[in-house]
Amino acid sequence: MSLQRIWAMFVARNYEFFRDKAAFGWNFAFPFLVIIGFGIMFGKDNLKQFKIGVFPADNPAIAFTEGTVPQVLQTNKQLRFIAFANRADGEEKLRHYKIDLLLDRSSASHAYWISDSSPNGYLAEQIFLASFLPKDHPVAKKGVVQGEQIRYIDWFFPGVMSMNMMFSALWGIGFVVVRYRKNGTLKRLKATPLTAFEYLSAQMLSRIFLLMFTLCIVWFGSNLIFHFRVHGSYLLIFFLFFLGGLNLCGIGLVLAARGVSEEFASGVLNFISWPMMFLSEVWFSMEGAPQWVRTSSEIFPLTHLIQAVRKVMNDGASLAAVQGDIGFLVITTIIFLLIAAAIFSWNE
Amino acid sequence: MQEPILEVIHLKKVFNRTEAVKDVSFSVPTGTCFGLLGPNGAGKTTSMEVIEDIIQPTAGQILYRGRPRIESFREEIGIQFQHTSLLNFLTVKETLQSFYRLFHNPENLDELINRCDLSPIIDRQNNKLSGGQQQRLMLALALINRPNLVFLDEPSTGLDPQSRHNLWSIVEGIKKEGKTIIMTTHSMEEAEFLCDQIAIMDGGTIIAEGSPKSLITTYCKGSTILLPGYAFGMDPQELPFSWRLQDDMIEIDTDNIQAGLTRMLDLDIDLSEMHVRSGNLEDVFLRLTGKQLRD
Repeated sequence: MSLQRIWAMFVARNYEFFRDKAAFGWNFAFPFLVIIGFGIMFGKDNLKQFKIGVFPADNPAIAFTEGTVPQVLQTNKQLRFIAFANRADGEEKLRHYKIDLLLDRSSASHAYWISDSSPNGYLAEQIFLASFLPKDHPVAKKGVVQGEQIRYIDWFFPGVMSMNMMFSALWGIGFVVVRYRKNGTLKRLKATPLTAFEYLSAQMLSRIFLLMFTLCIVWFGSNLIFHFRVHGSYLLIFFLFFLGGLNLCGIGLVLAARGVSEEFASGVLNFISWPMMFLSEVWFSMEGAPQWVRTSSEIFPLTHLIQAVRKVMNDGASLAAVQGDIGFLVITTIIFLLIAAAIFSWNE
Repeated sequence: MQEPILEVIHLKKVFNRTEAVKDVSFSVPTGTCFGLLGPNGAGKTTSMEVIEDIIQPTAGQILYRGRPRIESFREEIGIQFQHTSLLNFLTVKETLQSFYRLFHNPENLDELINRCDLSPIIDRQNNKLSGGQQQRLMLALALINRPNLVFLDEPSTGLDPQSRHNLWSIVEGIKKEGKTIIMTTHSMEEAEFLCDQIAIMDGGTIIAEGSPKSLITTYCKGSTILLPGYAFGMDPQELPFSWRLQDDMIEIDTDNIQAGLTRMLDLDIDLSEMHVRSGNLEDVFLRLTGKQLRD
């Protein structure tokens, strides 16, 4: 093995990445935009709103009279009122899930309509009915979670960064190496003393360097806006992302080892990345999902990466507390690299 | 006769069920330029890539300096591929530096840059090079490790006449250094100018081998008389010679030019626009295969 040859390929790949302005910019812009977007959408003052259609009303500024709807309903932040001239217009929107509940404000008995097949309609109905309960005689006792609450953005951030790593590793290695094979770049390199192991090592090191560089820049930039709360060790989080990045690069190398068609490679990459993205709790928790789905999600390295980083970042977990996830990532990384080195082909 | 640097013995390559190379054997003496000629699909590039150790043979043996190729073979050969690509966003200089680091005993980069005339484009990115500039860079990469054996696969394809002659002078320089060259080409002029030995391939086998002069002497004795078809004045089928129609010219081969011309005068053929030329490699190929080299 020659470190000089690995270094030559590492430098060449980095030149290529940093000069490809579109790819370079997108690697930073994508996670940053997702974090900003979701941060705004799911920020403290942006609870999910249900749309209540109200008729008869000729203009959007609906005037509620005392007794038409309870005051508490009018001031509920989770409800947004949309005016309709008549019942037919409102029902048309209700049928197409444009609104969640339709209310006749002229009705003394508070007549309303929902769509039975709309989950949002059911929830809007519950909020609507709850607003008629007497304020002074609550039917349930309220309690508040003790300790510091985890903000959604602090829970969400490790998922988005891991997802960005996944896409960057899979496409940055899997897709690019297939393109190199197809256009003959790999064949040119095969005509040198460079070995497959050296080439693959350089590709992986280059990508992991770029992944960690991107992570630092995006973290720093996002932190200026959201001031993330990190309860555990920064060093441990960095190590977990590094290990996770290596693992995802390993998957990229396996996918890149044989393919010759960019279209096929793209299909396989989508086939792998989409289930990982949806089942690894990037966007939402898998609590409550069927057991077999939760068990299946454990086979994805992305699940273990996100779990471990969230434990450290949100709960202040130590190295010992995430050793199971680390063990899984280390073992699968070695497996991926061995498979990639064994089946790698320079030629079409 | 010098020791062969390379020996190819009963080489065979099958892709799926297609026999690209059937049974090819030849040897290349050290310090010579060996040309593989043949139409598209003859098996030239496949043979080259097997010899270069880019693809594995189905059968046969390749000996370098009398022994099977070992790992160090790649340190001793330089290859200019027919179809290849480079990292897009690297400059010519960075590309050379990257390849420089891959070898144990690389050429001095400044000398290489001068030799292949890369100075004017040294800071240009690879994806902004013209076809000729790319070929010069590819040639430089083939020479970057001071190879003893250089493979050039159709090196002048797509080059303008000036670039082609520049390339030839570089290749001549390589020959003068005592290095061995194996090349494929479609250009008869190039083969005659550069090659000491030629093997003509067709259908995955070698159908003739020798120096350009010996091939011409063996397969194209005599001369060829060329007459424009439009001014011929008689049905060529009635000619008492072997003839062929080539680009609207009637080509008549004869071993005795004097007797041939006398006979044509007897037949009252208009010779006012006649040309006479001696045989060339294209004629050799036509005679051997009945095909044009570019078919």
